[in-house]
Amino acid sequence: MDGPERDTVRSLLAELWRERLQPSRPGSGRETPTGKLIHGLLFLTALLSAFVTVGIVLVLIFETVEFFREVPFIDFFGSTKWSALFAEKQFGVWALVWGTGMIALIGLAVAIPLGLMAAVFLSEYSPPRVRAVVKPILEVLAGVPTVVFGYFALLSISPVIRDIFGQDVGIYNALSAGIVVGLMIVPIIASLSEDAMRAVPRSLREGAYALGSTRMEVSLRVVLPAAFSGVVASIILAFSRAVGETMAVTIAGGGNPQFGVGPLEAVQTMTAMIVQLSLGDTPTTSIEFKVLFAVAMTLFVLTLGMNFIAQWVSHRFREEYE
Amino acid sequence: MPRNFFTLMRSSAPVGTAAPASNGALLEPPPSMKRDAADGVGVHLDPNLEAVRHEFTEEVETALQLRNVSAFYGSFQAIDKMTMPIPRNRVTALIGPSGCGKSTLLRCFNRMNDLIPGARIEGEIEFEGRNLIDPNVDAVEVRRRIGMVFQKPNPFPKSIYENVAFGARINGYSGDMDRLVEDALRRAALWDEVKDELDKSGLALSGGQQQRLCIARAIAVQPEIILMDEPASALDPVATLKIEDLMRELAEEYTIVVVTHNMQQAGRVSDYTAFLLAGEERVGRLVEFGPTQDIFTNPLDQRTEDYITGRYG
Repeated sequence: MDGPERDTVRSLLAELWRERLQPSRPGSGRETPTGKLIHGLLFLTALLSAFVTVGIVLVLIFETVEFFREVPFIDFFGSTKWSALFAEKQFGVWALVWGTGMIALIGLAVAIPLGLMAAVFLSEYSPPRVRAVVKPILEVLAGVPTVVFGYFALLSISPVIRDIFGQDVGIYNALSAGIVVGLMIVPIIASLSEDAMRAVPRSLREGAYALGSTRMEVSLRVVLPAAFSGVVASIILAFSRAVGETMAVTIAGGGNPQFGVGPLEAVQTMTAMIVQLSLGDTPTTSIEFKVLFAVAMTLFVLTLGMNFIAQWVSHRFREEYE
Repeated sequence: MPRNFFTLMRSSAPVGTAAPASNGALLEPPPSMKRDAADGVGVHLDPNLEAVRHEFTEEVETALQLRNVSAFYGSFQAIDKMTMPIPRNRVTALIGPSGCGKSTLLRCFNRMNDLIPGARIEGEIEFEGRNLIDPNVDAVEVRRRIGMVFQKPNPFPKSIYENVAFGARINGYSGDMDRLVEDALRRAALWDEVKDELDKSGLALSGGQQQRLCIARAIAVQPEIILMDEPASALDPVATLKIEDLMRELAEEYTIVVVTHNMQQAGRVSDYTAFLLAGEERVGRLVEFGPTQDIFTNPLDQRTEDYITGRYG
């Protein structure tokens, strides 16, 4: 996971855990000069990361406004045709949203069952020793460079898809990219859902067992519903990760920004388009360069929205156990 | 004075065996488990065990018969060779100081210890002719027949209705669920308080109500025995009294085994009392078992008397 996403994950986790521990503030008393220095340094670093975030957002907004001065709003959001690099330029962002959405949904279709089953296994079935080995390995999966996943899709997944659906399916297709994105986000769903499920008090499990529940009934009817908010939050975070995924889909998805194509055809995501536009020789004053920021802004708003929904869900459906 | 004392006094026949009167077929042990008919009650089964047993003053069936039950957590032995009956349709209290193995023993009765890695039980607990701690006996089945109420109320984060219906649903109950839920809530003396808000979360109830909800939840599975692990220790005195009244009422239909730290409570609610004690090696042993009145007014073992009079514990 990348920096900002990891931070979101962390803050969500903190929410989920309902940490009541308020750090005491020793700075309120007298401080030594060294203490003051460290205090100031830490404050500056905190300020720096806040500035970077604000700066990014400001640049995005500024360039996006520039773009919409030249291209009408309606041409961007009201069209499904994209041809930014051709002589006759069209900027219908829906062509890119289509590719992004399809790959993200295929990814979720792969990752939700796998991730939840892994979470149920780790939380309810596996002996502690197995869990101590399996969970870190699963989390390492999240640290594999995404470019590796991209080549994995091309070299291992696409050939299988072509064996199944026929050799006229291109090696670059949305299904292959979607599956590999799914594999990438399995650790997010598995790890966060498992954390949420383990946070369910043991007394609830015992209550269910005492009524004659099998382990499966305890897992699916008591623990999973009790951990629902955490599970949903993990899925939404995984979705926003899938939407923001860049390298693997750039490599495996092909470069075909078309609205309405099927999963066996090449598509282009917003992120892949940004990569393409920002490579090399696009002049910084050109409209092709500016549209990059409009697309990035769309992506930013989309993932931010997803994160807000995740926060809301985890608050709204949080189960109080006591 | 609790009314059960009168019952005890009126009974005349000092029979202390698993009386096969009404339920003989169920209670008849298989040949492999047959023992001296009087085992565990009224006599010293094994002089090495040192446990004192009072004679029963009433004729009573046996719901559970323990024989040399020992429990271990890994290499640590928690209880050692306990032999005693649990009388049917009576309230039996397990008392003793902390760490004497009361809860461990209780959790043997419905195989809850199976859930703890490294936990192991030896001996026999005879339930309807079968040894319920036999690994071939399905623990899930045992728990459907022998319910449990815990120290801290633990309703599921579901509606009141769903809390009660939960056990019936997983058991594939196909009858009238509304009636089952109402009946269980009535028996748990909770119906009048919650009948208009069955959709409300079980967690929104007060502690005492939550505990009665947990009792209703256990009743809805229609068990034969209900185990209660200090069911009132987290409740205020008023809620505690309600739970105690409820235990007396439930004893008319169910066999109840209750672990309690509270001597007065054991005296108020139970018909029979087992006093457990752990020695210096922290292994819990049964010291004395008999009708509650006898244990409290005429303990035969000095250690029981010391505990009851509050000299330790």
